[in-house]
Amino acid sequence: MTFKMTYWVAFRTIVMKEMLRFMRISAQTLLPPAITTVLYFIIFGELIGARIGDMAGFRYVDFIVPGLILMAVISNSYANVVASFYGSKFQHYVEEMLVAPLPNWVILLGFVSGGVARGVMVGIVVTLVALFFSDIQVHSYAVTLAVFVLTSILFSLAGFINAVYANSFDDISVIPTFVLTPLTYLGGVFYSITLLPEFWQNVSLANPVLYMVNAFRYGLLGVSDISLTLAFAIIIGFIALLSAYCMHLLNRGVGIKS
Amino acid sequence: MWPFVFNLSLMTPSLNGDVLIVKALHIEQLTKVYPKGVQALSGIDLRVEQGDFFALLGPNGAGKSTAIGVVCSLLNKTSGKVRIFGHDLDTEREAAKACIGLAPQEFNFNMFDPVVEILTNQAGYYGIPHAEAAERAEKLLRQLHLWDKRRVQARLLSGGMKRRLMIARALVHHPRLLILDEPTAGVDIEIRHSMWAFLREINQQGVTIILTTHYLEEAENLCRNIAIISQGRIVEQTQVHELLRRLHQEVFVIDTAQALDKMPSIEGFKLDKVADHRMEVSVSREHGLSQLFAGLNAAGVEVVSLRNKQNRLEQLFMDVVNHSRGTGV
Repeated sequence: MTFKMTYWVAFRTIVMKEMLRFMRISAQTLLPPAITTVLYFIIFGELIGARIGDMAGFRYVDFIVPGLILMAVISNSYANVVASFYGSKFQHYVEEMLVAPLPNWVILLGFVSGGVARGVMVGIVVTLVALFFSDIQVHSYAVTLAVFVLTSILFSLAGFINAVYANSFDDISVIPTFVLTPLTYLGGVFYSITLLPEFWQNVSLANPVLYMVNAFRYGLLGVSDISLTLAFAIIIGFIALLSAYCMHLLNRGVGIKS
Repeated sequence: MWPFVFNLSLMTPSLNGDVLIVKALHIEQLTKVYPKGVQALSGIDLRVEQGDFFALLGPNGAGKSTAIGVVCSLLNKTSGKVRIFGHDLDTEREAAKACIGLAPQEFNFNMFDPVVEILTNQAGYYGIPHAEAAERAEKLLRQLHLWDKRRVQARLLSGGMKRRLMIARALVHHPRLLILDEPTAGVDIEIRHSMWAFLREINQQGVTIILTTHYLEEAENLCRNIAIISQGRIVEQTQVHELLRRLHQEVFVIDTAQALDKMPSIEGFKLDKVADHRMEVSVSREHGLSQLFAGLNAAGVEVVSLRNKQNRLEQLFMDVVNHSRGTGV
């Protein structure tokens, strides 16, 4: 794989286009996560959380901060790529890229970077909101940043796969509604799995989101229900797997070429 | 001025030492079978010379857009070879793609993007830095009378403007081969003529143009060479004037000064009255128009105007297509 200046220009074009897209509709992309997070903090953090007491040695409102930030990152990275790539298929302007001398990996990298950009921006917005409700002390900047970016990459790739297979706008909302949201809510955002009976603890270990939430919680609070090494191995493993699958789909032209 | 006219590096020596000029497009035995088993192309061969203005004609569903889709990498071929300026689409895909500019039949830009961004983004995909892309976009938008609309969302443009935007986008990376799939469909006559003038200018500057159209007058006016595709096969490939030469009979519509109470009889010509002041005359190649005028003059018929009843190419097109289908209509 040779790197060329033209690839860099093309990659930057895709990323800038993607960023402009979600910035232009910031009322639909950046604002809602901020409002939702405020509601979570008020209801679960202040009203209910005050009666729950400490969890894993932290105030409940502080305990849920990492999960809420990561939940926003996950859903927004995914939503950005699935909506944008499906939109380009629906209006056929994906053909602008298909006719150009662009390797498929540049197209994938561009869309994923767009998803990461939105995930990171939403993550920053939610973190700023969280600062009003909790006193966040970052335990490890390296772990926090790494999980933040890697999770964003992982769900951008997942969004891309969803978009490739989608044939209607319904198809791009099915996975987020029926798969992503349950996995996120059951991924330890609002609780420690140690509170669950052993059987459900073991079931929870099959949920990949659990590893990301816990790794991110470790980065911010220094506590985790699972091993950090295992969490990183799973995140990176999934990224490798989904990247390879995305490239396979693009190279075969699945969903975009007959 | 287009930044290239002719490139000596594209001339390759043949075995006997002569120099062969690489074709702008060289298709060999191209077949395409869609997943549900529909055979859209059945081994077509096509050669388009550099600098040509080439028409690819055919009825709906004949395989024109499929052939273009394969050449532009929008469709996967089933078998066959495609070379663009000598670059094999299988082994030198990026080099081949860089040579082509495509304005497809259907609008395929983001309707919510401003006009100028559609051009600069497309240039970006070809690796053209933003500053240069912006300059090229401005030049093209001015040439195609879209500069005033540069900040308008594409969805708000008229049909004719959208067609021009597609042509501008196809040209922004300075392609050597421009492929236009029905570029003037739904465009009014005035704009169509200005687009023709623009395309002629681009072609004169060295860009090879392949055009599909249902307006055969367009092909006759613009193109030097022509291929007719029917049922996934090339059934004719020749020069436009050569094809027109084959026309054995033409039908003319004649308007007369006086009412045609009694139709004149002129030997060798078949005259039919279609209205009080109008007749249709079938003229074969053996009989010239001067003979017809002499006959009309002798019969005391004063001719006000004369025109072809049907576009000449249209007549031939129907003959070729019907012959290929075996309908012989």
